[in-house]
Amino acid sequence: MARRPREKKPTALDKDFGQPHTEIKMQLSVNSAPPDAIPGTLLDLRRGDAAVLDGIDLPSEEARRLMELGFLPGATVTAGLSAPGGDPRVFQVDGSEIALRRETARRLKIRSSRKNKR
Amino acid sequence: MSCGDCHSCGPAPVLPFPASRALPKAVALVGPPNSGKTTLFNRLTGMRQKVANYPGVTVEQHTGIAEMPDGRAIRIIDLPGIYSLQPRSEDEQIAHDVLTGSREDMDRPEAVLLVLDSTNLHRHLMLAAPILSLGIPTLVILNMADDLRNRGGHLDLVALQLQLGSPVALVSARNNQGIGQVWDFLAGAMPKPAPKELPILQDVPKCRQWAGQVGQQANYHPPAPPKWTRRLDAIFLHPVGGPLIFAAVVVLVFQTIFSYSKPLIDGVGWLFEASGDWMSGVVSPPLLRSLIEVVWVKGLGSVMQFLPQVLLLYFFIGLLEDSGYLARAALIADRTMARFGLQGKSFIPLLSAHACAVPAIMATRVIENKRDRLATILVAPFMTCSARLLPYSIIIAAFIPNRPILGNFFSADTAAMLGLYILGFAAAVVTARILKSSILKSSRTPFVLEMPSYRWPTLQSIGLRLLDRTKVFLFRVGSVILLTTAIVFLLCKVPTIDGHAPKIENSLVGTLGRTIEPAIKPLGFNWKVGIGLITAVAQRETLTSTMSSIYGLEESNKVGLREALRSDLTPASAFALLVFFALAMQCLSTLAVVRRETGTWKWPALQFAYMTALAYVGAFVTYHLAR
Repeated sequence: MARRPREKKPTALDKDFGQPHTEIKMQLSVNSAPPDAIPGTLLDLRRGDAAVLDGIDLPSEEARRLMELGFLPGATVTAGLSAPGGDPRVFQVDGSEIALRRETARRLKIRSSRKNKR
Repeated sequence: MSCGDCHSCGPAPVLPFPASRALPKAVALVGPPNSGKTTLFNRLTGMRQKVANYPGVTVEQHTGIAEMPDGRAIRIIDLPGIYSLQPRSEDEQIAHDVLTGSREDMDRPEAVLLVLDSTNLHRHLMLAAPILSLGIPTLVILNMADDLRNRGGHLDLVALQLQLGSPVALVSARNNQGIGQVWDFLAGAMPKPAPKELPILQDVPKCRQWAGQVGQQANYHPPAPPKWTRRLDAIFLHPVGGPLIFAAVVVLVFQTIFSYSKPLIDGVGWLFEASGDWMSGVVSPPLLRSLIEVVWVKGLGSVMQFLPQVLLLYFFIGLLEDSGYLARAALIADRTMARFGLQGKSFIPLLSAHACAVPAIMATRVIENKRDRLATILVAPFMTCSARLLPYSIIIAAFIPNRPILGNFFSADTAAMLGLYILGFAAAVVTARILKSSILKSSRTPFVLEMPSYRWPTLQSIGLRLLDRTKVFLFRVGSVILLTTAIVFLLCKVPTIDGHAPKIENSLVGTLGRTIEPAIKPLGFNWKVGIGLITAVAQRETLTSTMSSIYGLEESNKVGLREALRSDLTPASAFALLVFFALAMQCLSTLAVVRRETGTWKWPALQFAYMTALAYVGAFVTYHLAR
């Protein structure tokens, strides 16, 4: 069953920090961007990872609904547990736990992410 | 936007409410979902509540009478849970219209009780901005104070009152703590909110920023994350354990309803038989005596036996919903439901459809997407509702022996019942798939589901729910079933021959049954079943009471319905009858509520035609396969 397409994809660039840098990554750090500043979406977060939300790529009505629930640009979002198969996933934001489907989580862009410290 | 007449009063004083004044006519209870608003509503009004629909829309209107400690009464309107006052959804439109006084059927409330979750104050305070800008006297109620304290959060109430310009009360509706402050507010002068600088309401980030500032000024320290909720979620949302627990919960609920409720059911049956015997002893005319026998014992008694099961089911749904598990169940179910074109939120209505399709169809209001909601409404009546249990269990008892399959826990009749549940469910999901890939096609919609913290369900809220359901059940039994039973009884007695009642075959009801017999013959049904089906179009439970009266009149009264059915039907036609009942739309109340929720007769008509056709085909196939 094609349950976890994500794991078949090559690991996102922002997941590889902390491991030996390659030439390309050296190049990136030269570009005065902080190592964590590679944009991604909530989908890239694993359980326990936290990230700062950058924007919502959805029609304004739907984006508003999400913003009322706490998904505001600048808010810190932590990925939590999920239903079996990883979809939908619960996200902790602004003191609440909100479950989103993958297709919605994909539209929520993050600015920087921080790995689970535990 | 602001109140002009109290500019001089400045920030509101700390709780010393001036002595009483004229009592407000109505007070609105407002709050976001999961703020414990309903618990507070129950706490304030107790059993004196009434549920109706706002005219023209599908939003339920909950009103209650609260009696204040000084004995005066006050009307409380429980508005639907909302995140903002922007009128986008129907719920928000209603809340907006009631609060701005633009509804014609209702005066503008004189005061607002704004219920917020004190453990999640920053986000919930966002609703305070639009509410305070209304200029209605407002008491800001910070609920779940016990949680806040236990998890180490705190805030400065006085500073928050200064910031908001309205009185603030810290309460715990669940533990009945701090409710006195609500009474004090309602009995007091109820000052209008002091004018404050409020954010632009349309701008969500600005509102959130304002809420954050207010919280900061009030020295609000959010509580630690709910430890128990995290721990329980690690179990209930475990990749393997979660679905297993989910399945176990569903099995436990059904097993309780079918097996463990037997003593209660027998008890109710015994009560009706004993009281029927007693009444028969008191009255002398034989016609009246047989009317009592038929209407009281066989009609009402056999239906009332189902009250324990219905209540048990509502008890479980209440328990799951109030504890917070139902949201997790919706999360686990979402992926599966999405496969059929539905979503996790459809799970809740579809689960409660197992009790009754009417409240289930009303519960589809939680689904924001109109097409998903319509699809859920159209398939909900396929779920095995409690009204089907009566015909099911009698036919099963008559034709399927109670043989153990897996020890005492799982027997042949339970398996048959489970099979009928699966049949109903399968019909629902296949229909949903067809609907969603044809007339109700839509892209998968954003699925947003808030996970509330786990809480102990309160006896009061579950008790009130059960009371409510009992009333509805008794009303339905009292009206429709009693009436149809009595009508069928009378139709069996006409036309009279020489002053005597005719044989059942020659009575009016017999003629009617014979007329439709050719149509149902291919399904293996005889004219007696035909009469049962005719009366069951109004309501499913009537099948058994009608059949009881038909057989009761035809044979000696002592012969039970089971034995009568066994001697009258072949197993093949009994199975066909079960399938017919599983798939047919035989409930006027459901059709009426679909009409009300969809706003047109088109959908209930389509639903009736589709389900009846499917039932006919299904019964036909079953009969010919089983023969």
